[in-house]
Amino acid sequence: MIWLDVLVQGILLGGLYALFAAGLSLVFGIMRLVNLAHGDLIIFAAFAILLITGSTGLNPFLAALLAAPLMFAAGWALQRFVLNRVLGKDILPPLLVTFGLSVALQNGMLEAFSADSQRLTAGPLESASIDLGPVTVGTLPLLTFASAVLVIFALNRIFYTTGLGRAFRAVSDDPTTASLMGINPKSVFAIATGLAMVIVTIAALYLGMRSNFDPSIGPARLLYAFQAVIIGGLGSLWGTLAGGAIIGVAQTFGAQLNPEWQILAGHIAFLIVLLIRPRGLFPRAVD
Amino acid sequence: MAYTVTTRTRAGRIAGVIALFLIALALILPAFASRSLIQDLFFILTMLTLAQLWNLIAGFGGMVSVGQQAFVGIGAYAMFGGVILMGWDPIPAILIGGLAAFLLAIPMAYFAFRLAGAYFAIGTWVIAEVARLLIAQWKTLGGGTGTSLPREATSDIIGVEAIANLFGLRDAAARDVLAYWLALALAVGTMAAIYALLRSRTGLALAAVRDNDNAARSVGVNAARVKWLVFLAAAAMTGLVGALIYVQTARISPDAAFSVTTWTAYVIFIAVIGGIGRLEGPILGVLVFWGLQTAFADYGSWYLLALGCLAIATMLFAPSGLWGLIHDRTGIALFPVQRRLILEGAIDG
Repeated sequence: MIWLDVLVQGILLGGLYALFAAGLSLVFGIMRLVNLAHGDLIIFAAFAILLITGSTGLNPFLAALLAAPLMFAAGWALQRFVLNRVLGKDILPPLLVTFGLSVALQNGMLEAFSADSQRLTAGPLESASIDLGPVTVGTLPLLTFASAVLVIFALNRIFYTTGLGRAFRAVSDDPTTASLMGINPKSVFAIATGLAMVIVTIAALYLGMRSNFDPSIGPARLLYAFQAVIIGGLGSLWGTLAGGAIIGVAQTFGAQLNPEWQILAGHIAFLIVLLIRPRGLFPRAVD
Repeated sequence: MAYTVTTRTRAGRIAGVIALFLIALALILPAFASRSLIQDLFFILTMLTLAQLWNLIAGFGGMVSVGQQAFVGIGAYAMFGGVILMGWDPIPAILIGGLAAFLLAIPMAYFAFRLAGAYFAIGTWVIAEVARLLIAQWKTLGGGTGTSLPREATSDIIGVEAIANLFGLRDAAARDVLAYWLALALAVGTMAAIYALLRSRTGLALAAVRDNDNAARSVGVNAARVKWLVFLAAAAMTGLVGALIYVQTARISPDAAFSVTTWTAYVIFIAVIGGIGRLEGPILGVLVFWGLQTAFADYGSWYLLALGCLAIATMLFAPSGLWGLIHDRTGIALFPVQRRLILEGAIDG
């Protein structure tokens, strides 16, 4: 039954990757911006939660609740004062700005928090598990996966049933026409990036409780997020969950065969999907 | 009315003459320059070449690659493979580096060109990671910890003895001179090739594809072919530079040879600060970068933090870089690639 166990672990790990990916996908869907600093922002949020737990003694969940509005504000300001200025037909300026931000964030965190590995301590939750008949799963991975489902469900509700969601879809389709209808695309973009940073905070919470983190591991998280988005198909949030699960399963199977192959197996699964289904498994958007 | 289309300018002709003079000076420099100057120039020339190649694919071709470290790394490792496994002399083994990077670029382009818009960038990064992880599995070449060039291989590199005798240098210094000359040849060759390409029909096609893929195809440009051609050529050249850098370093590890900071972030910063999409940009950029590196590299992560912020500020306030500012004020183009219409009777400016 070891392989069934590996499969379940992989799918649950995929929940974490879907959380990494949801924010990236949201921002790309609305403004065609690929944020190369996305992974570093996840690590930044993890350090923010760590700082709050350290100074107030709160547990990580409550600390994340406090960090979320701060991250929303940071995302809003980043979009409002920096990224909105470089968005345009040319994809080069926003890519280079976010790449510069990635390098700056990594090294800023290195100065502020040192290269030491950190971890968010979740007490008894870390080792708790639930017996599901043939397999026993950790409570924390299960909670991570459930949160990913919840986040994607909530995002879909926002997109298709609220006024804000209508504004998101409108500026995504055509910012110029949307602005004729009284929507200011730039402030909608700022809210979207703020929202993406709230999801980043949730991702950071589970990342920090699951494993060690340090300032250098951001770019790898960006790659997993990106792979989940592409495997899922652009524009499909549920597809992103499936994409995350595929990367997760490939990684746990790879690690089972040889611990050195964990990351490589995830990358290769991504390349195979890209080879067979270039537009992903559940493509929705045309671009 | 009769007219001609030209890219020539007077500033361009003067710059051409000065460039030839500088190249001649650079060639004879080892006769009187100190060893540390030669080593600094080696660093400047190799980083300049990498920045020009990235500028070619991203600035002129619109393909923003964040995976250039793949070509540096695979080029360097292929050179090591040629020396350690096949017993080649390191200098000819550099050519294997270029070939290996070319071969890696084929699957990379195949996968990355399938990705929409800006996702191309992360796609190239993924392939570079795959290459790094695979190379780290190759135990004969040191696996994850890396290896050094064997002493026998570095002690009798072709030409080193002749240079040592010519300038009265010790072997180590003569090796630096040889590496410097090769770096000079690669830098000059790369820039001349890019300049010639941009002035040719293919260069015009490349700019058209960058500015509007659909419009370019509608007037008969084979967009895919142009992109493939430029991407593969730039990759092969990047591999040659990577191999040359590691002939000089003589010690390799997957983390260093596939470092995204050194071979892509630095290279992008050079092009951004100097000016993207202009041949003059990386030249100015590499001088600024070398100055910053010499003055502040000891500050480690503070230095990188500042460099990242400088790149962001440049993109926000002077997106065409330092050379763009100069060009806007004076209109000077040292390597003019812009087509201008000259009406009959008008004076060539």
